Amino acid sequence: MSDKSKTTRRDVYKTQPVAGGRLVLGFHVPVRRASDAAAASAAAFAPNAFIRIGKDDTVTLAVNKSEMGQGVFTALPMLICEELEADWSKVRVASASSMAKDYRHTSWGAQGTGGSSSVASEWERLRGVGAAAREMLISAAAAAFAADRSQCRAENGAVIHVPTGRRLRYGQLVEKASGMEPPKDVALKQPKDFKLIGKPTRRLDTPEKTDGSALFGLDVSIPGMFTALVARSPVFGGKLKSFNAQMTKAVPGVVDVLEIPSGVAVIADGFWSAKKGRDALETTWDEGEGGKLSTDALRGHYAQLAGKPGTVARKDGDAAKAFAKAAKQLSAEYDVPYLAHAPMEPLNCVIDLRDESCEIWTGTQAQTADQRSAAAILGLKPDQVKIHTMYLGGGFGRRGSKNSDFVSEAAHVARALGKPVKVIWTREDDIRGGYYRPLWHDRIEAGLDAGGYPVAWRHTIVGQSIMAGSRYEASMVKGGIDETSVEGAADLPYSIPNILVDLHTPSLPVTTLWWRSVGHSHTAFVVESFIDELAHAAGKNPFEFRRVLLCGAPRHLHVLELAAERAGWGEALPAGRGRGIAVHKSFDSYVAQVAEVSVADGKVKVHRVVCAVDCGMTVNPDTVAAQMESAIVFGLSAALWGAITLKDGRVEQGNFNNYPILRMKDMPEVQVHIVPSREEPTGIGEPGVPPIAPAVANAVFMATGIRIRRLPIGDALKKA
Amino acid sequence: MAVKSETTQLSVNGRKYTVEAPTDTPLLWVLRERLGLTGTKYGCGIALCGACTVLADGVAIRSCVTPVASVIGKEITTIEGLSADRSHPLQKAWIDVDVPQCGYCQSGQIMAAAALLARKKEPSDADIDAAMSGVLCRCGTYQRIRRAIHLAASISAKGAQNER
Repeated sequence: MSDKSKTTRRDVYKTQPVAGGRLVLGFHVPVRRASDAAAASAAAFAPNAFIRIGKDDTVTLAVNKSEMGQGVFTALPMLICEELEADWSKVRVASASSMAKDYRHTSWGAQGTGGSSSVASEWERLRGVGAAAREMLISAAAAAFAADRSQCRAENGAVIHVPTGRRLRYGQLVEKASGMEPPKDVALKQPKDFKLIGKPTRRLDTPEKTDGSALFGLDVSIPGMFTALVARSPVFGGKLKSFNAQMTKAVPGVVDVLEIPSGVAVIADGFWSAKKGRDALETTWDEGEGGKLSTDALRGHYAQLAGKPGTVARKDGDAAKAFAKAAKQLSAEYDVPYLAHAPMEPLNCVIDLRDESCEIWTGTQAQTADQRSAAAILGLKPDQVKIHTMYLGGGFGRRGSKNSDFVSEAAHVARALGKPVKVIWTREDDIRGGYYRPLWHDRIEAGLDAGGYPVAWRHTIVGQSIMAGSRYEASMVKGGIDETSVEGAADLPYSIPNILVDLHTPSLPVTTLWWRSVGHSHTAFVVESFIDELAHAAGKNPFEFRRVLLCGAPRHLHVLELAAERAGWGEALPAGRGRGIAVHKSFDSYVAQVAEVSVADGKVKVHRVVCAVDCGMTVNPDTVAAQMESAIVFGLSAALWGAITLKDGRVEQGNFNNYPILRMKDMPEVQVHIVPSREEPTGIGEPGVPPIAPAVANAVFMATGIRIRRLPIGDALKKA
Repeated sequence: MAVKSETTQLSVNGRKYTVEAPTDTPLLWVLRERLGLTGTKYGCGIALCGACTVLADGVAIRSCVTPVASVIGKEITTIEGLSADRSHPLQKAWIDVDVPQCGYCQSGQIMAAAALLARKKEPSDADIDAAMSGVLCRCGTYQRIRRAIHLAASISAKGAQNER
């Protein structure tokens, strides 16, 4: 999803007064006092929307972020429990419903998960939530002990009266604590006192993911539910002209065929009959401009645009003048394709529409937006629409739809059908369904001085805006620049006196969306490949060359040096192997990777990836390592094989045979090294993706002398 | 050309079921929609991703392309039937190594690994590559899957030793 928390996050810290180490509890830390009557009969101590402690000592924590594999169902409870002093073995996680405002993102004003922002945005609030509840439990215990609060200490799910050693478990304090006044402010622990944060901790969701009991959206079944598959336009922006459902209706199990705005919904008693029914459906479409699109032609068009000046995103000095006077001039053009997210769980949505209310079960990254979209379609108020967030079988951005496409479509089906329904996308629907990482073309040139270091850098980016036309346009597109189009390029960390970065934003019917690491997924490839080209052109070691140019970027430099050291940079490699290095900052985290590859029969084999990451303080180091491993695999699939191409407007790929992803036999050894830090925690779900493509491409160059300027690498080396 | 619905007798996780379904219905959808065994997942529908892997008489099969009529008389084991209490060595190992991320593919991964361990008690990395490359993981948990399979093999070996 977008990196939109990046700028607003700082504002939150500014307005949230942290005075003398005490966090003032206000809007960001909802604390409620139960009414006296409610307190007296309390079955549980529930001081806020996040914590519920039962008389059996069970601590149920609501997690307001979607668990899509990135570990929030463990990391966020760790934040609360660090201050709550709960017994970790008693902690249970509940997915927060879409109904409470308290569950909204601390800076987006809407519930949602993205921009690698979950831990960073909740870092203070959830610790405050835990601390406030702990203070109330201590007050309750002090009253029970008839002692002063200062003599009481919370530890491992109980409050201890220190002088006497008397002990009351949290479960025993439920009623008394429910009647306590919530504190107005709390002191948060110093990092040196952390017991849980920073310790490798087993994920709370692992057990149910080993026996089939974890429930994903696709697993939801409600009484009287039908299954729908939708026949959608074969080209982007196509409009339905007509359809013939005669054969479809003859398929046993098919109960209805309904026209909706996005196409034709085939309603059946299960997936298989819906699929057979849809296969039998005849549709004709007004294809419009979308029917003429081809990615080959698009690349040509983009290359032409790249030769013209665009909207300026960054201007330092006079790049044109410095380039003209440079001792050595280099230029290159890079291409990257459209990419599908292809989460393992295809999109789906279950809707139970009633007269005055609606319940939705789905895996979404954008609850509040989906709730509003569905309400508008169904003629309901947003608070009449309840979203149950299920486990997401992968998200990668696709489940945070910028216009709620899959939830909106399901709402249309539910409205037309009037009965409970589950809309399922097939794998082909997913791969061909758009909402892609945009296709990009980059033209880049640099001038080197006599010493071989760059004095001029001109980078022109061509590609569609993800934000334009979406609900996020107003906040994310400034002066004609969608900041996600230039992120990772306009903030070039290298010390170069004259820099110009500009942007062309063509408009096309192909739908685009944030794809794990968003703009960084292409800018890192271009910048880190071209820096490598400059180093080789200057006859310098690409690692040392970067070190010199990163003199003003200490955290970049640190991860670069750490990765190089652990990878044995400079040590001899077996014949035929090459090493490549890349470093990139995204979502406020710094990642460097060294890839070790060989090329045989035109195929790249990645043997090893050494990764260094600086994401500030780590909450769960094992999750940080897992996210780096994950991002490297995700980025490798794209770098080696990933491409969505269009011919006559039609997507040429449809399933994992022609949109391959990495398999066990292709898996390199991945080593992750985490930089110890006392900085605020930053993103971890996405920042591991950007460096891998350039690290591999740079390694291919070392191994073969062939420079990769177009992704995927695919069989480019076979022809060479 | 509608395929006739027929009554099919199935044996799944040691229980007998009678299902009325068109004979070409893939086993996957019978498991998920008729028997409520949703641990077995749909990922591609054409035997490319392995999310739907179950065992038929101990052999790993792709239930998304297996017509229900073709497994009559075979004992089907799904993730729900691997153990009653997550006590299978693979489940213990998966938890110890913290393999899953999103978790969606993990039933298929574990069932494919179960078929491997059933015929190879101490699989090599090459054995793991051969047996597991048919099951995709978009989260990229392969390195941990490999580690967990080796661990499960050693848990099984220790268990066998203790029984002696």
